[in-house]
Amino acid sequence: MSDKPRKFKGGVHPNDSKALSASKAVVNAPLLDKYTVIINQHIGAPLEVLVKKGDLVKKGQLLAKATGFVSVPLHSPTSGSVTALEKCPGPACISVPAIEITADGNDEWGSPFEPVADWQNAEPSALKQRVADAGIVGMGGAGFPSHVKLSPTKPVDTLILNGAECEPYLTADHRLMLEQAEEVVLGAAILARILGLKSAVIGVENNKPDAIAALNKVAAKYNVKVQGLRVNYPQGAEKQLIYALTGREVPIGGLPMDVGCVVQNVASAAAVYEAVVKGWPSIERITTVTGEPLVNPGNWRFRIGTPISKAIELAGGVNVQPAKLLLGGPMMGMAQNSLDVTVMKNTSGILLIPVETVSQYTSEPCIRCGKCVTACPMQILPATISQAVENERFDWAEQLNVLACIECGSCSYLCPSRRPLNQHFKRAKAEIMAARRKQPKK
Amino acid sequence: MTIILISILFAAGLGVLLAVVIGAAAKAFSVESDPRIETVTDMLPGANCGGCGYAGCADFAKAIVEGRADPSLCPVAPPESAGRIAEYLGITTQEKEKVIAVVKCSGSCAVTVRSPYNGVGDCRSAALVAGGAKGCDYGCIGFASCARACPFDAIEMRDGLAVVHPELCVGCGKCVETCPKNLIILAPAAVDVHVYCNSPEKGALKRKVCKTACIGCRKCVKAADSEEQMTVKGFLVETNYSSPPLPDLVEKTGCPTTALRLASKHAAGAYEGVSK
Repeated sequence: MSDKPRKFKGGVHPNDSKALSASKAVVNAPLLDKYTVIINQHIGAPLEVLVKKGDLVKKGQLLAKATGFVSVPLHSPTSGSVTALEKCPGPACISVPAIEITADGNDEWGSPFEPVADWQNAEPSALKQRVADAGIVGMGGAGFPSHVKLSPTKPVDTLILNGAECEPYLTADHRLMLEQAEEVVLGAAILARILGLKSAVIGVENNKPDAIAALNKVAAKYNVKVQGLRVNYPQGAEKQLIYALTGREVPIGGLPMDVGCVVQNVASAAAVYEAVVKGWPSIERITTVTGEPLVNPGNWRFRIGTPISKAIELAGGVNVQPAKLLLGGPMMGMAQNSLDVTVMKNTSGILLIPVETVSQYTSEPCIRCGKCVTACPMQILPATISQAVENERFDWAEQLNVLACIECGSCSYLCPSRRPLNQHFKRAKAEIMAARRKQPKK
Repeated sequence: MTIILISILFAAGLGVLLAVVIGAAAKAFSVESDPRIETVTDMLPGANCGGCGYAGCADFAKAIVEGRADPSLCPVAPPESAGRIAEYLGITTQEKEKVIAVVKCSGSCAVTVRSPYNGVGDCRSAALVAGGAKGCDYGCIGFASCARACPFDAIEMRDGLAVVHPELCVGCGKCVETCPKNLIILAPAAVDVHVYCNSPEKGALKRKVCKTACIGCRKCVKAADSEEQMTVKGFLVETNYSSPPLPDLVEKTGCPTTALRLASKHAAGAYEGVSK
């Protein structure tokens, strides 16, 4: 591995707008009276709720248990009582089941775990079980259960920590790496022990030199390497990060383990450290609350279940009317229609966008300029696929490998005809998967 | 002069020769086809809607003649037409009940909570992005995917709500699969009373986002001649299509949200602005 900045093929360079919150230290959000914890915060099997209305719970107590391997439990963000089991607005603008916890103000721990100080000598399988029991998911945005990725069925030789944070505006991972460098590195070391590896590599985009320096100070001690990456969106996408760091290409439809890699987010690594060494389940995370309309953008450590409206209040409210509210970054974040949506384990950012930067929907004909083709990090043909989708030719779209699309939005970002390419691909993927489910299994 | 004459003779000779070749080829390589298929195709409506499940009317006619399909499968043709085809072929056909599509939602823009949506104008695309950006997770998104799929122009988009015109609908079912919210059902055409709501949520939650939702008050169940005429499923009431109520139920009930409607009057727009 040379030290020259690495990158993948394609990508775009949106204005990163990170200056709004990059210099703001992480602040612990004050304890609220009420938390509405969305039950299914991960990708995978839905949870089985263990509490009922009126139950008293402690901070860290198990609220719902996993029902399968690809599933992680949920813990209480504070001590108090369960006051409702109702539906609340979810991040996809569809109401989802949630548990409402009314805090008693004591914030008293009732963690089901014992801290493991001597993790260097602990059994890797026990460490992995702790990761699963603590409810840790991919905190970069996907929400995929971490322990599943730690159980590869193929030989793995590289552990990669994703600290690229390529989404514009977001600085949560940046602040984490800067302020809790040792925890991230220790998390990496624990993850490496679980996988039976001796080393790990943390990939960080070069626009965070202070984070790289902070990590480098502690990394060598634990045999962790910090690698600078060229600033390029979507550098933090799993497959692109693997290519930039190792030169290996994950095959279409494949997983990182197919090329001997496991990728974990830096925030997940820090959560692993806290779960193992401190015995804390995953009940809080650092989230960037940012956007030009906010009076005081910054980074906060929120308990899960904190309503977005409270987060915006903490950031001083707005001085101009925002046009859009997103969970996540501007490229892949999801637009919200309610301020009652709550922070989940994978909420990396809460972003308000001013009217000037929201483009109105138009869909002009494709002019075949090819910008999307050069930008596509998966090297598929967005222009042609979008035409296939517009004509409802999903079989053709499938031949053109639309299923390889990672929905990074680079093509839509660049398109001079402002075609809704990303949305077309979402549709194509959904239609193809629905058709596959319908087909009788051979 | 001779050149012109030679050219004419040559062209004529070539024409005769080719005609003989084509004629011989047509005889030698002729494909036997059942002449009845063509007759049956002519007896079908020729809409090529695909409602029967075959690729157009000609394919369906072939299936009927070969005994693979029943003439009554055609949703467009009146029952007499199926009878005529059966008579011509000397087969028996079953009586079929005419069905029409019902979009089980009454949430037009005027009565529901909606957020601005900035994307592809197609229900199936919109449903993937933000569930259609509508207050109700179960209602009509209103981007006309069903109306575009209808070969008979029987679905009208009125203030962001798909409304079926019963007199135009033939019940081919093309719209049913286009709806990402699975709102469209095929109901017997003889039944006029339907509940125009599909949300299984609690009444209070539904009322928050929609003025014309069924709140499950059971007023219609009590007003019906027999309680079996309306089926209660949790917080949602449905018409029992196997023992349907009479059209006067709507008036007798006086549904507080006007979710209970007559399909014919709903299409005519009689319920707009009625809900309290």
